Amino acid sequence: MGKEGEELTEQETAIYDRQIRVWGVDAQRRLSKSHIFVSGLKGTVIEFCKNIVLAGVGSLMLNDDRLVTEELLSANFLVPSDENVTRGKSLAELCCESLKDFNPMVSVSVEKGDLANFDVEFFQKLDAVVISCCSLLTKKSVNAKCRKSPRRVAFYSVECRDSCGEIFVDLQNYSYSKKKNEETIECHLQYPSFEDAIAVPWRSLPMRTSKLYFAMRVIERFEELEKRNPQDVSAGDLPNVLKLRKELCEARCMNESQIPDLLLQRLLAARVEFPPVCAIIGGVLGQEVIKAISGKGDPLKNFFLFDAMDGKGIIEDISNINN
Amino acid sequence: MDTIEVSNLNRQFLFRQKHVGQSKAKVAREAVLKFKPHIKITPYHANVKDPEFNVDFFKQFNVVLNGLDNLDARRHVNRLCLASGVPLVESGTTGFLGQVTVHVKGKTECYECQPKPAPKTYPVCTITSTPTKFVHCIVWAKDLLFAKLFGNKNQENDLNVRSTDASSSSEHTEDVFEHRVDEDVEQYGRRIFDHVFGYNIEVALRNEETWKNRNKPRPVYTRDALPPRPIEQNGNKDKASNTGDPSSVSAMASLGLKNPQDLWSLRENSEVFLEALGLFFLKREKEIGQLGFDKDDQLAVEFVTSAANIRATSFGIPLHSLFEAKGIAGNIVHAVATTNAIIAGLIVLEAMKVLQNDVKSYRMTYCLEHPSRKMLLMPVEPFEPNKSCYVCSETPLTLEINTHRSKLRDFVEKIVKAKLGMSLPLIMHGVALLYEVGDDLEEDEVANYAANLDKVLSELPSPVTGGTILTVEDLQQELKCSINIKHREEFDEEKEPDGMVLSGWTPALATEKNKTSDNGPSSSNASQTVPLEPEDDDEIEIILKDPEILSAGKKRKSTDISVAADSEISSVTGAMLIKSKVEADDSHSDVMVDGNLDTNKKKRVQ
Ligand SMILES: [Zn+2]
Repeated sequence: MGKEGEELTEQETAIYDRQIRVWGVDAQRRLSKSHIFVSGLKGTVIEFCKNIVLAGVGSLMLNDDRLVTEELLSANFLVPSDENVTRGKSLAELCCESLKDFNPMVSVSVEKGDLANFDVEFFQKLDAVVISCCSLLTKKSVNAKCRKSPRRVAFYSVECRDSCGEIFVDLQNYSYSKKKNEETIECHLQYPSFEDAIAVPWRSLPMRTSKLYFAMRVIERFEELEKRNPQDVSAGDLPNVLKLRKELCEARCMNESQIPDLLLQRLLAARVEFPPVCAIIGGVLGQEVIKAISGKGDPLKNFFLFDAMDGKGIIEDISNINN
Repeated sequence: MDTIEVSNLNRQFLFRQKHVGQSKAKVAREAVLKFKPHIKITPYHANVKDPEFNVDFFKQFNVVLNGLDNLDARRHVNRLCLASGVPLVESGTTGFLGQVTVHVKGKTECYECQPKPAPKTYPVCTITSTPTKFVHCIVWAKDLLFAKLFGNKNQENDLNVRSTDASSSSEHTEDVFEHRVDEDVEQYGRRIFDHVFGYNIEVALRNEETWKNRNKPRPVYTRDALPPRPIEQNGNKDKASNTGDPSSVSAMASLGLKNPQDLWSLRENSEVFLEALGLFFLKREKEIGQLGFDKDDQLAVEFVTSAANIRATSFGIPLHSLFEAKGIAGNIVHAVATTNAIIAGLIVLEAMKVLQNDVKSYRMTYCLEHPSRKMLLMPVEPFEPNKSCYVCSETPLTLEINTHRSKLRDFVEKIVKAKLGMSLPLIMHGVALLYEVGDDLEEDEVANYAANLDKVLSELPSPVTGGTILTVEDLQQELKCSINIKHREEFDEEKEPDGMVLSGWTPALATEKNKTSDNGPSSSNASQTVPLEPEDDDEIEIILKDPEILSAGKKRKSTDISVAADSEISSVTGAMLIKSKVEADDSHSDVMVDGNLDTNKKKRVQ
């Protein structure tokens, strides 16, 4: 042990004791040198931030210039429900103060600005980027910028709608080693970008691919076509969404029944976030980012889908690249 | 009852460094109120096994959410939930694994319907004579050597090798471990060292039979492990006057060893051993004779680590760092924030189904490290109650016992307490009361029961023999069961160490093992890593009360129900009771936070 870099301090050893027993000292050291950026501070991302700040990452940058509203705080345990405190401050500013307090060993800061305007130079300093509540266009462009960086920037996007959640992971070319029966084996994974992943022809996917995956694509596309703000949909949109579903399914030679009405209806109707699902998705996402930074454990490739209705948390590999 | 520790802070996000030492229940309450000011939270900094939390108390709630850290308390709450008819959501995590299960009386299995994995126990001789793994050395160092030197002297202890000629050890050893009045501490330490790592190994080697198919151990003496003793120079005496607080005394500190992750050489281990032993005598002398091993006691961990490593050297077993040894000796559960968050979310989902009485949707959910059939979170339909579960059905038990030799005390300790998990038992033979515990007993009753404890079963005032049916009851748990007694003359000492066999009972992780002093090594619960029955020291117990929903059958929007049960509660350490009262439109709720029942702490091996 103690091969790379300096040793952990006594304080770090004491606070991180229980998790060092899970992933080891080297992984902890790598975590403490990592830099992470998040944008879109709703419930799931808040849960994620809490998890990685507690785990002891090096730094965390928060981006969300929205002013606090009651709806934005529905699943936010970081911000006190006191108007005197919250007035006039952005969501990122408020969360930042609170997260600093969680773990003084982590540097937490606010990065103002529109996510769409951050450039490659900005992203290349980072180890992981997590975005949420943004348009499809922005999602694709941030992912592309991360891919242009000379060193790998792990990219994640996450969305929760009603009691469903989806995580997308892009680790580009990712190699890691794991122990199997006392032997160390080298593993290589190749990830597609978000743009390439969602372009994978639906008919080429296995029959049993999660229905939630398709439903999310329909709604995402609907928001794009209608030029809506992210997640600005409602039950009233159902007729038009069903129309879009028909078009998409026909164009992609897939039976419409793969995307049940009821599922679309649920995804559209959700007004507020659902804290238990935020905790579950934020937990899985936190674990994935820790895996990618520490190089310990099998990272998921490349979608994770959870629906509280059936309780399944499913991994789908949506890519043309076969490993 | 639990208080906040530094090692909780990596995942129990309601707590901060400044809260270390405070009540988890109380601090958690304050923290939750900051972001949800309009709910009512009542913290109980108490043990859930306290009599005030009786069946009537439980009956106020609509659901109990358990996240306890020990089997004893889990069984207790399971029984109270059964007795009060309140649904229970159970949960646990260890590392990346976790699970959530739902237990509703008559509808799904209870927490005790399935046998629990047996505790890791080791044959006495493996620990005393033929260790093959590091954990064996840890058990030896902790439960035998440490207990012998610093614990209760009256406790039985198998430290000395059982040699063929019993006379050579017993008498001889009593003075070996005694610290003589004018004896120099360093000298004493070396004498102990040479005795346990040198002489005892040589005695063991004489048992040629033992080593026929095994590698022979190598005796280690101080003269081999350490350079010749320097005159007038030993660490502990020099530093003795500098350290003020006895709890901060550390052999590593006085020897200049910094990194707990480092592997120490035999020499370093030997130095730590002598230094730690010396420091106990010089700085913590008052505690000697009543110390139990505690993973948070730095000096104790140092002593046990070094002793285990020296023993491991003798037996050709790979050495371990203090960090690793501490984990094994303290049975430390691995825990991360992410798994806790996931499990907490799942707990809330199940609790909401329970509140909506959506029985068909109940699921047991497993959080896996590696996906199974693409699933990382795997829901499974709950099982029906096990018809032969003595806790939730009425299955009679059978006990084979030697009624002429076993005393009532053995029956109470080994069966009623350890196996049936009762804490306030009442034992009846027909209408005759044989035994009872309680505060309201008359003096003569107390004397009577005490006398009964020391009688063999067949000589009790109402004799218990083959064919007798005993009724055993715990009034607090409202659990009652019958035991058919079958007389049996002989028992196998190794396979049936209790000298009695209970059948028709689902064996469980008997945490009570530690209380019984039958044999040291088996009392260790080290390395109990059980994948699907994880125990965590982040414990939560949440009870939701929602009379309106159940009586009026109103269905609320799920988002409303999450009141007190947002995931945030998830990572609280400490048992929690939450009751939420929900009116038709506005929701306000009561949350009761109960301190953790860290029974592990009081269950140290003597
Ligand atoms: Zn049962």
